[in-house]
Amino acid sequence: MSTSQAPGAGAKEQSGLRYPTSGKTIYHRPLNRAKTAELSGASFAYLFSEMVNYASKKIESIQDLEKSIASNASFPPSSSSRLNIQGHPIGLKLLDLLLYREPPRTQTRSLNIITLLHFIKINVWQHLFGQAADGLERSSDPAKPDEYMIIDNEPLVNRFISVPRDMSQLNCAAYVAGIVEGVCDGAAFPARVTAHSVGKQDDGEMWPGRTVFLVKFLPDVMERENFLGKS
Amino acid sequence: MSYYFVIVGTQDNPLFEHEFGTSKAGGDGQARFPEQARHMNQFIVHSSLDIVEEVQWGAGQMYLKCIDRFFNNYVSCFLTGGNVKFMLLHQPPSSAVSSTGVVLANPRGSTSTIAANPTSPQTEEAVRSFMLEVYESWVKTIMSPFYNVNMEVRSPVFRQRVAAAGRKYL
Repeated sequence: MSTSQAPGAGAKEQSGLRYPTSGKTIYHRPLNRAKTAELSGASFAYLFSEMVNYASKKIESIQDLEKSIASNASFPPSSSSRLNIQGHPIGLKLLDLLLYREPPRTQTRSLNIITLLHFIKINVWQHLFGQAADGLERSSDPAKPDEYMIIDNEPLVNRFISVPRDMSQLNCAAYVAGIVEGVCDGAAFPARVTAHSVGKQDDGEMWPGRTVFLVKFLPDVMERENFLGKS
Repeated sequence: MSYYFVIVGTQDNPLFEHEFGTSKAGGDGQARFPEQARHMNQFIVHSSLDIVEEVQWGAGQMYLKCIDRFFNNYVSCFLTGGNVKFMLLHQPPSSAVSSTGVVLANPRGSTSTIAANPTSPQTEEAVRSFMLEVYESWVKTIMSPFYNVNMEVRSPVFRQRVAAAGRKYL
């Protein structure tokens, strides 16, 4: 096998780039959504369960081990922050992809927090889960005007996950929180997003898996928001 | 008529650079920046980044048109959703005769061509179409799972796409 490939590889080697056999690079693939581009929920659930598994095992590189020994800080990161990190780059990609797919008249970047959060609540949620999020609220605590909440009654990612009682502070929707954080960071509204389960487990509760994504913007975002709001 | 196209990341770092010239009205597609001023292009574009940041919060459009002018150079900008800036610096040809005695600008080229008039509506439209095509290739680039934010773009296919868009519209 390797000897038969060697002459071909030599010819293309001047650019160091290898083309797939069909000659089609990623630049040839269409960006607009084809009708058959849906993914089955079962495949996603299978992949996601493996991701949660990976995030919860304390798999670290040698550098992480060294860092933890040297600094004696609270390393390794918890599994929810690992899931958060895994979701972050997806948010960045979604931001531009969804903006590209909108019709040219409505292609606008979000200039303030409410527009951005509406974009997340409707466009991003529709793209990921097929329906808009169930609620968007501003925190009623006057000491924390920079906290906003996106509410999802039944996050798709948690459908096949059952969390054991000794890890009850873990909510696997931290992955979706990472995606939301990626969208906010990409749009120049840096934020910290965490997922909290507020559904009660008794019978009679309509949405036991109800999750709140708490979006806490950094202070410079609020400063800019106030400045723009005044002018 | 020469163009210098840069993609600037979120940390004001250049991710992709491309110089080219106009292929319309008899141009041959080669950039004609004067040798000693060629490196100034980077500084001019960098200084107009401040203006981009000022303008970007005023309007929500992605294409910001011509935002800055430095002597003979005009800078236009297109802002993506992820705050990555596509900056195009265009330098209309001077009609002065060069030192070798050959007139660089096409004498038959009328002043209504895109080359000569960087702020006319036709130019704005042409630059906007160019930017939209580059934006399409850009979204495909960032969709790659191996592309991290603010990474340099080295794909020769991307360069070909930008060059083709430049030939088509500018």
